[in-house]
Amino acid sequence: MTKLTLTRRGLLISGVATGVLMGTGLPSMAATPPGVLVVGQIAEPKALDPAAVTAVNDFRILMNLYDGLVRYKSGTLEVEPALAESWDISDDGKTYTFHLRQGVKFHDGSDFDAEAVKFNFERMLDENHPYYHTGPFPLAFFFSSVDTIDAKDPQTVVFTLKEPYAPFLSNLAYPTGLIVSPTAVKKFDKDFGRNPVGTGPFTFKEWRPNEAVVVEGNPDYWDTPTALKAVIFRPITDANTRVAEMLAGGIDLMVEVPPVALKEFQNDKYHLVEQAGPHLWFLILDCAKGPFKDKKARQAANYAINKEAIVNDVLEGTATVANGPTPAAFAWAHDDSLDPYPYDPEKAKALLKEAGVAEGTEVTFYVTDGGSGMLDPVAMGTAIQADLKAVGLNAKIETFEWNTFLGKVNPGLDSNGQHVDMAEMAWMTNDPDTLPYLALRTDAWPDKGGFNSGYYSNPEVDKLLEEARTATDQSKRAELYKKMQQIVHDDAPWVFVANWKQNAVTNDKVSDFTLQPSFFLLLKDVTKA
Amino acid sequence: MGSYILKRLLLAVPVILGITVIVFLIMAMIPGDPATAILGSYATPENVARLNRDLGLDQPLVARYFIWLGNMLHGDFGQSFSLNRPVIDEVLERFNNTLILAGTSFVLCTVFGILAGVISAARQYGFADKAITFVVLLGISIPSFFLGMMMILIFAVDLQWLPVSGMYAIYGGGDLPDLIHHLTMPALALAVVATGVVARLSRSAMLEVLRQDFIRTARAKGVKEGRVIWGHALRAAMVSIIPVLGIQAGFVLSGAVYIEIVFQWPGIGRMLVDAILQRDILLVQGGVVFVASCYVIFNIIVDVAQSLLDPRIKT
Repeated sequence: MTKLTLTRRGLLISGVATGVLMGTGLPSMAATPPGVLVVGQIAEPKALDPAAVTAVNDFRILMNLYDGLVRYKSGTLEVEPALAESWDISDDGKTYTFHLRQGVKFHDGSDFDAEAVKFNFERMLDENHPYYHTGPFPLAFFFSSVDTIDAKDPQTVVFTLKEPYAPFLSNLAYPTGLIVSPTAVKKFDKDFGRNPVGTGPFTFKEWRPNEAVVVEGNPDYWDTPTALKAVIFRPITDANTRVAEMLAGGIDLMVEVPPVALKEFQNDKYHLVEQAGPHLWFLILDCAKGPFKDKKARQAANYAINKEAIVNDVLEGTATVANGPTPAAFAWAHDDSLDPYPYDPEKAKALLKEAGVAEGTEVTFYVTDGGSGMLDPVAMGTAIQADLKAVGLNAKIETFEWNTFLGKVNPGLDSNGQHVDMAEMAWMTNDPDTLPYLALRTDAWPDKGGFNSGYYSNPEVDKLLEEARTATDQSKRAELYKKMQQIVHDDAPWVFVANWKQNAVTNDKVSDFTLQPSFFLLLKDVTKA
Repeated sequence: MGSYILKRLLLAVPVILGITVIVFLIMAMIPGDPATAILGSYATPENVARLNRDLGLDQPLVARYFIWLGNMLHGDFGQSFSLNRPVIDEVLERFNNTLILAGTSFVLCTVFGILAGVISAARQYGFADKAITFVVLLGISIPSFFLGMMMILIFAVDLQWLPVSGMYAIYGGGDLPDLIHHLTMPALALAVVATGVVARLSRSAMLEVLRQDFIRTARAKGVKEGRVIWGHALRAAMVSIIPVLGIQAGFVLSGAVYIEIVFQWPGIGRMLVDAILQRDILLVQGGVVFVASCYVIFNIIVDVAQSLLDPRIKT
C-alpha cells in the first residue's frame, strides 16, 4: 500500500518553486533610479490645492509644485521675493503694491499675472466668487484683513487691508498663499485638488491613490531649474514600515523618523538632518476655574514638570525645552533672555501650598493619542502625570482620538457642561503673531471664535498683541513680542514644555538636502546619484 | 434548489438593511465630526458648525438615514469628504486590491491547509503528523501583524529579496511578476493563521471519515490507499471542511486590515481605518455596507455549495 510521504524530491520541488516565485522579475527594489527621489511621507495627502489644506504632510508636496508672491529665505523665516519681484508698503501699513515677475507661466501654459493673483485670493475670501465652492478654505482667515485686491496692470497687484496687519507678508509665504492656475481651477472645478497646476519647480505628473504622488522637474522654471528628474511622494502611514522601507532602500528620503529608530540611521550609509522650527508643545491650564485659577498653582505646574526628562528620555532628544509661548525659531521676535522654568518639585510644592491647593487635589487632564505636531502625547502625558503626582496633584487622564480631542478642547476647557483643568496642545505656525493672537488674547476666548481654551486674560498682553500686529517696523514688533513673552511666562497660563526639532534621513545617494525652519520640504536644489 | 437559493437571497435583504441601520447609527454616535477633521487644528466651533451645515450634517438623523439609503438604492454612495472622490469609485478600487490579497491568501490556506490536514490524518501519530501539528500550532499562535513585521525584517531589510510595502514597484512596475513580487509576503503573512485552522479542522474531519464503514469497505475491495484518502475520504470530509473555509474566507478578509497597514497595501481595510479617523462618514458607511453585503453573498454561496455536496442539507 502506498503511503503519503514527504519525499526529499517533494521538498526540493517546493524549494525551487519558492525560489522562482521570489525571483520573478526582480526589478531590484533596492535601486531607485538615478535622478528620481523617492520620499517616504507620513500619510496620503488630502488634496493638492494649497488653499484647501492645513497639514504639514500636504505642504511638503505643495511647496514644490507652486510658488507664492513671496517665500521664506532658505534656512530662515524671513520673507524674500518669489513671484513678486518687489513690493511697496504704504506708510499707514494698509496698502501693499506687488510688482510681479514677468514671463512666468503656469504649468498649463497660461500666464501668471495680476488677474491670476486676484482670482486666487478672491476665490478664498469672497463668498460670492464663482469658484468659492471649490473650498472649504480653513486657513482663509490668514488673509481676513484683506479688503480689496486690484489688478492695476498685468504686472502690478494692489492689496488694500482693512487695518494694518504686520504678519501679512509672512502669511503670503505660507502654503495658503501659494498661487494656483485660474485656468486649471475653472477646468477642474472641485477636482482641482487632484489636478494641481502651479508655477513651481516641479510639475504634477500623476496621483496614484494610496500609492504615490509623482512630480517631474520643470525645465522652464523661472528660477534655477532642478537637477532632479522626478520626485515620488509615497504615503507610508505606519512608522515601522517607513523605517523598514528606508533600511531596505525602497525610499531615498524619510521624514519624521520615530525617535526610537534614530540609532538605525547613525552610520555613514545615511544622513540624519535636524532642524528646529516654530513649534510649541504645551499644556493649556484652565485659568478661570479650579486650582489653576491661581497664578501660583500654574507656576507650580511649570516647576513640577521635568521637561528635560521629557525631551531627552521620552522624545530621545528630538525636541528642546520651551522657555515661553514663542519658539526660538522666530529668532527676531524671541526673547532669548527668558529661562525655562527649572525642574524644582520643592518649589512647586511650596507654591501650591501658598495657592491653597490641598495635597492630593484631583485635576482632570485631557490627553490625545496622536495628532498633528503632538509628538508622543500619551507617553508625555503619563510622564507629566507622574511629575504632578510627586508634588501632590492627582491628574486624572482622559484620552481621546485627535478629532474628538479637538472637538472637546477647542470649544473651551469649561464648556458643554464639562470642566477640564488641563489639556495637551501643540501648534506649528509661520509668524510670531499667530499663536499668541489666536490663543492668548481675551478676545480669543472660544465663545468669541478664538482658541484661548483656558480663558487666559491679561489686558496688557491684549494691548501688546494688538500693537504688534499693526506695527510695520520689525524692531518695534520684536520689542512688543518680547514684553508679551515675559508677562505670559510669569502668568503661566500654559505649561511650556517642548519645541520640536523636525528630522529627516536620506541615504548616501542624496546630496544638498536641508530641512527648513518652516517645516516645508524644498527639493529643488537636491540632487541624487 | 432554485427556490432554496431564492429564499436565501430574500433573507439577505433584511440582513443588509439591518447593517445599514447599525453602521449609520454607529457613525452618528462616535464623537468627533468631519468638519473638525477637515479644518484641522484651526477648527473653531463656529466654522465647524458652518461646515457641518454645508455637508448636510445638521439635518435630523432619520432624514439623513433615508436620504442616504435612497441615494444608495439609486447607486449613489455619495462623495467622500476626505478624498474628494465618489465613495463607490474608492470602495470598488480598494475592494479589488483587498480581493487580490485576501483571495491569494484564501487559496494558499485552502490548498496548504487541506493538504496538511489530510497528510496529518493519514499518518496519525506518525512523524509527519507530529511535525505538521507543531508547525500548525506555531502558525495559529503568531499574530499576523507580528509575523508580517518579522518577515519584513528578514526578507526585505536583511536579505533584500522582497519589497517592504506597496502593491507595485513605484517606478517601471505594474505587471504581473511585479504584483506577485509585492504580494508574496503580505499574502503569506495573512494566510498563516487561516492555514493552521484549516489544517486542524481538516485533520479531525478526515479522521472521523476514515473511521467509517465505507472507507473500510473501499480498502477491503482493494482500492488503492491514495484513492481512498484523496478520492473517497476527502470528498466526504469536504462537507465539514467547506463551512470552515467559509469562515476562513471571512477571517482573511477581516485580517487583511492589519496586513494592509503593515505592508501599506492599498486595500479596503486601510481605507476604512483612515476614513474612520477622518470621520469620513459616507466613505465608512459605503465601505462597510459594501463589504458586509459581500459577506452575506459569500455565505449564501458557501451554503449552496454545501447543499450541492451533501444532499441531506435541504431547504
